[in-house]
Amino acid sequence: MTLDFSRDKPIYSQLVDRICGDILKGKLLLGDRLPSVREYAVETGVNVNTVQRVYKELEAMDLTETKRGQGTFITTNEERIVELREDMKNLLAQNFLTSIEALGFSREEMLVVLHKKS
Amino acid sequence: MLQLSNVSFRYLKKPIIQDVTFSFPTGQIIGLVGENGSGKSTLLKVLTGLLLPSSGEVLLNGQSVTRRSAGQIAYLPDTDLFFDFYTGEQLFQHYASQFEDFSYDKACIVAQFLHVDMDTKLRNLSKGNRGRMKMAATLGREVPYYVMDEPFAGLDPIVREELIKGLIQFTDIEHQTIILSTHEVYEVEPILDQIILLQNGAILAHDEVETIRDVTNNDALQWMKTYYRKG
Repeated sequence: MTLDFSRDKPIYSQLVDRICGDILKGKLLLGDRLPSVREYAVETGVNVNTVQRVYKELEAMDLTETKRGQGTFITTNEERIVELREDMKNLLAQNFLTSIEALGFSREEMLVVLHKKS
Repeated sequence: MLQLSNVSFRYLKKPIIQDVTFSFPTGQIIGLVGENGSGKSTLLKVLTGLLLPSSGEVLLNGQSVTRRSAGQIAYLPDTDLFFDFYTGEQLFQHYASQFEDFSYDKACIVAQFLHVDMDTKLRNLSKGNRGRMKMAATLGREVPYYVMDEPFAGLDPIVREELIKGLIQFTDIEHQTIILSTHEVYEVEPILDQIILLQNGAILAHDEVETIRDVTNNDALQWMKTYYRKG
């Protein structure tokens, strides 16, 4: 089915995030083959040029490798995935801190809430 | 490359298109949006050579566009009654007799992809199925340019989604260019490279869709509304 995109970010970056998410969740494993650009475009309902940009971006991030004539594969470098995990955690934490600061909550009181939630 | 240079079109002295200059790059999907009566359909007809500009020039690879340019441009009209006495199969045969570039096999594959029955007369098909058939006949032609007037208008979201997927599946964006008009900006935006906003027959604004999102943190629909508020 076609994806719904949020209105505030470029579509290519939302697709990059989506594939990163699939890697972190283990839906995509080390060395897995990604669909062809056209297959992914049809699946997500997005312009082929946009998907091309997504694949370029993933490759520039060293998350994928393109093998000539065979397609695009998730990296087999496990360290890179560990790094991606850390980067994402930091990014989430940073966004969270920015949000609570904007609303004037202290880290301590939010920690209490976070513990209660779990 | 398809180029409009200072193109105007008047109908009974009424200006419909006013001094439009634009180059349509190869290998992109370009959306033409704007209110009813803003000149979208007329502009598309001028682009395909179905209407001749009152002044200015339409150039395809440096040569003036005429009705003969139909050999390089496949046009999908917005009219609904479209050889309604034919079945899908007869429609494709008719296309094959008219256009050297028409691939009967490809049209059948597209029709199959869109789940539309080939043996029913078009007049007995639902509106959605006629929309599918029109798309299959158009994509059956192997041409560098597809010009589509409202290919998704009046169709339910499921049909729209299928047609959009068909468009992605059966065009080769490295070598082909699609220019389409639409009111369904929100649904169609993900397949567009560029968007052109037409108002009173002139280009009010034009940008790359991803650039709009990147720069304004908003989508093409909001971008459009901003211009209407200014105007």
